[in-house]
Amino acid sequence: MQVREYDAQDYDVIVVGAGHAGCEAALAAARMGNETLLLTINLDMVAFMPCNPSVGGPAKGIVVREIDALGGEMGRNIDKTYIQMRMLNTGKGPAVRALRAQADKHAYHRAMKDTIERTPHLTLRQGIADRLLMDGDACVGIVTNTGARYHAKSVVLAAGTASRGKIIIGELQYSSGPNNSQPSNYLSEDLMKQGLKLRRFKTGTPPRVDGTTIDYSATEEQPGDADVNHFSYTTSDSIYLKDQISCWLTYTNPATHKIIRDNLDRAPMFSGLIKGVGPRYCPSIEDKIVRFADKDRHQLFLEPEGRDTEEWYVQGLSTSMPEEVQQRILHSIAGLENAQMMRPGYAIEYDVVEPWQLRPTLETKVVKNLFTAGQMNGTSGYEEAAGQGILAGINAGLRALGKTEPFILKRSDAYIGVMVDDLVTKGTNEPYRLLTSRAEYRLILRHDNADLRLTERGHDLGMISDERYQAFLAKKAAIQAELDRLGTYRIKPNDQVNAFLTAKGTAPLKDGVLASDFLKRPEISYQDLLQFIPAAPETLDRRVIEQVEIQIKYAGYIKKAEDRVAKLKRMEAKKIPANIDYDAINGLATEAHQKLKQIQPETLAQATRISGVNPADIAILSVYIEQGRIAKVQG
Amino acid sequence: MTETTEFDTIAAISTPPGEGAISIVRLSGEQALTVAQQIFKGKALSQCASHTINYGHVVDPQTQNVVDEVMVSVLKAPKTYTREDMVEINTHGGIVATNHVLQLLLSHGARLAEPGEFTKRAFLNGRIDLTQAESVMDLIRAKTDRAMQVAVNQLDGNLSHLIKNIRQEILDALAQVEVNIDYPEYDAVETMTTKMLLEKATTVRKQVQQLLATANQGKVLREGLATAIVGRPNVGKSSLLNHLLHEDKAIVTDVAGTTRDVIEEYVNVRDVPLKLVDTAGIRDTDDKVEKIGVERSRQAITAADLVLLVLNNSEPLTAEDQELLNLTANKKRIVILNKTDLPVQLDDAALKQKVPADDVIAISALTTNGIDQLEGRIAQLFWGGIDNSQSTTLVSNARQIGLLHQADQALGDVLQGIADGMPVDLVQIDMTRAWDLLGEITGDSYQDELLNQLFSQFCLGK
Repeated sequence: MQVREYDAQDYDVIVVGAGHAGCEAALAAARMGNETLLLTINLDMVAFMPCNPSVGGPAKGIVVREIDALGGEMGRNIDKTYIQMRMLNTGKGPAVRALRAQADKHAYHRAMKDTIERTPHLTLRQGIADRLLMDGDACVGIVTNTGARYHAKSVVLAAGTASRGKIIIGELQYSSGPNNSQPSNYLSEDLMKQGLKLRRFKTGTPPRVDGTTIDYSATEEQPGDADVNHFSYTTSDSIYLKDQISCWLTYTNPATHKIIRDNLDRAPMFSGLIKGVGPRYCPSIEDKIVRFADKDRHQLFLEPEGRDTEEWYVQGLSTSMPEEVQQRILHSIAGLENAQMMRPGYAIEYDVVEPWQLRPTLETKVVKNLFTAGQMNGTSGYEEAAGQGILAGINAGLRALGKTEPFILKRSDAYIGVMVDDLVTKGTNEPYRLLTSRAEYRLILRHDNADLRLTERGHDLGMISDERYQAFLAKKAAIQAELDRLGTYRIKPNDQVNAFLTAKGTAPLKDGVLASDFLKRPEISYQDLLQFIPAAPETLDRRVIEQVEIQIKYAGYIKKAEDRVAKLKRMEAKKIPANIDYDAINGLATEAHQKLKQIQPETLAQATRISGVNPADIAILSVYIEQGRIAKVQG
Repeated sequence: MTETTEFDTIAAISTPPGEGAISIVRLSGEQALTVAQQIFKGKALSQCASHTINYGHVVDPQTQNVVDEVMVSVLKAPKTYTREDMVEINTHGGIVATNHVLQLLLSHGARLAEPGEFTKRAFLNGRIDLTQAESVMDLIRAKTDRAMQVAVNQLDGNLSHLIKNIRQEILDALAQVEVNIDYPEYDAVETMTTKMLLEKATTVRKQVQQLLATANQGKVLREGLATAIVGRPNVGKSSLLNHLLHEDKAIVTDVAGTTRDVIEEYVNVRDVPLKLVDTAGIRDTDDKVEKIGVERSRQAITAADLVLLVLNNSEPLTAEDQELLNLTANKKRIVILNKTDLPVQLDDAALKQKVPADDVIAISALTTNGIDQLEGRIAQLFWGGIDNSQSTTLVSNARQIGLLHQADQALGDVLQGIADGMPVDLVQIDMTRAWDLLGEITGDSYQDELLNQLFSQFCLGK
């Protein structure tokens, strides 16, 4: 029988999906003052982690801090619920240091749900969006499977892997969202009807095992850090967790590999059952064995899924082999000989929106007021999803508020900007993961300066409280004051200084030097410096000292990167009119013409990044735009 | 194209190659004065009034050698062609010195101008009116198509191969650093230390510098269409050369054998850059000086892309003429019947059996009759598809050399960074830059290369 539709409440903004993208989107829209509806298929899976129980890591950890600086929730939420914290890449430069936490995934879900429930203007409700409500080429709301018609000024879709999701385990396949949740089976068709192009991607997850059956003695311990670090700039050092839970390292071996090879004919990856495109950087174990046949072992990390559960995640063993084979694989591994598998690993295929159909605001080009975010846009990872979520939520919020100036993050502003620019300019042929190598300005996009880069903008949007903003301004002032002080104070050569320098293995002073130049020496830390100069008038926070050190020590490299960014900004300022008619431009090469028409870049800088668009095409384009501008003035 | 090229300071030789005694190297952009100053010994250019011309020398900052005596025009924005700061360096020393000046600019912060780029800037900065916009676009398209074709065709197979090897070496190092950064817990790959990067950068830099050395040696050979003027003594080769050059460079007398030295000159014939090699004639002689000249003439024919074979129309074909006709039979050649002002003695019919009529042109080097026709034929042969890649060879080479210099500097920065104790991921920024610059030479510069390397070489992921 046909479900009868009814008119439910009106909202300013509707967000479909309460995963990591949807939660950030809904919170952002609501915090900006919009009446917001957050719709989820299952209320018990808000901010759920269907794959690895961790947040952060290289590039991703920086995204978490960027979200935090903009007033988002992921950083605060993981700080409330982590069970282990580690700073990675400490032996390298400041640009690539990265924080990673092991999450208690159930606590993480509960804390996020709690925050959402308590956020003013935000309604959390269970339901499945089946189609869009349209008015001409604009989306004006959604209709749920229960017949509710919700109207809104803008809509964010963050359906994750639920869109026509299909789980595959060996020969078994069934329609399902992540972790056996209900899939969303109708929205995709409606999106295609509205003119959006979709494609199938694939991802996967490893089996979970019972921790009481693991022999940890056969593995290596990977403990958390003793040094204090959190993701959010607002989390106090004093709450740093002392009783962290370790992870454990083990390896596959030739016996494991033999089991896999002997059963490849049953692997959906190779039997042709899986048609979606999977990510290269998150391969299944069967994929690793086939592609890297000469390797006799692969690392596996055993990660706890939470404090109150004995379920353990076997990182590195993502697989869609039949259940029976998965069990034999597990039992071939040191420490897991007697492990009880609690859930089998699986592959999941799902629909994604080809992301080149989006603007840098994440609004779709064909449907006005419709934004998409997260895994639905072809990315992989909670942090990538959350980063898009906050951006889409902000822009949907601005639209609902009637603001015309969109919120765009450039490649030089944030890793989120790098990711979104990559997605909308180049599209993606596999689930997209952020890597530090994708960022050409990574020295500027550090995890330690995300607040300096973005707090101002979060505050402008109304997502950062005045209290937090004042604290931020004070920090900024303290950094500047100390930089100024070190840039004027001179250290004179004397026995004490030179004895110290010699002991450190660096050249003694001949003449007096500025304290800042003294600090530039790689062997010298700020604490060392304090022996030879008076202390700062006020006690400096460790984060202020960190900034002073980084900004002085790496000044040369930072300056070079800033010069490049300054040039880029001038190209970014060259806007391409929205109504440009590429068919009317003579002389564009055929490929450039097609690509420009498809991507519709918003600035000349974006146009230069489209593959197949050459310098001559850019030159012609810029002349054409200028011609139009002159014609307008003259007309 | 990277996103930042639009506001670069650009440079190019703006006079046609080989024509006239003075060549102009033009710079435009915010850094025009700063870049020029780095290689200029004379007044402080920033202190010079706009629209003044200033005497001085171009000096290679590395070797401190004087490259040329120059006059430098300082043209400050906005009253310039491009409405940007411009500098025009007037050189005196011919094509080699001019090219050297350009290369110095390219290795000190300027980028080689794209085809039509000065004009494009002029337009974008409001200097040219609307009606000219279409023609600017046509110009960009037309010039660029040819230039791109040239860049591909002209790239020497060996050079391309060498650069690809160097890039692969750098890429291996880069991928290793990236894996260390993005997958810090991945233990199957060795941690790239600054010490290893130091070794890598040193080796790679040595290779780049070797390439630079050969590039400089081979540069002259690759500039212009190598054209040999051959013929018996005193058939009028030097007079012909002078006509093409429009000046008296070669010593011309009517005593056979007076052009002793091999004279090389660049000449722009209807936009075709020719590198002309005059010869001492080909004949058996006991005269030692002359003999060297003869041998070099034979070599010149072998090396030439185009041979202008001059015959004396007022004498019958000699055995030597026949030998020359045979020697050049498999060459692109134009047979020139000179001295048409004198009574005809040459057997036209016998000649036409050997040479197609189109390739026989009668001239008088004395009265300049037929010179026009000759120039027309050269241009026709050239643009008719013989070798039009040569038209921008000079520019392409300057570009390659400029990029190699910059790559060398970037690798120098790597070494400096390591010496300063910088961490590996910062030092890597300059290493990546070197890799990008080398990629611009071969036309392979995409970021995906690195990711592909990463995921094909290492087994990564959860």
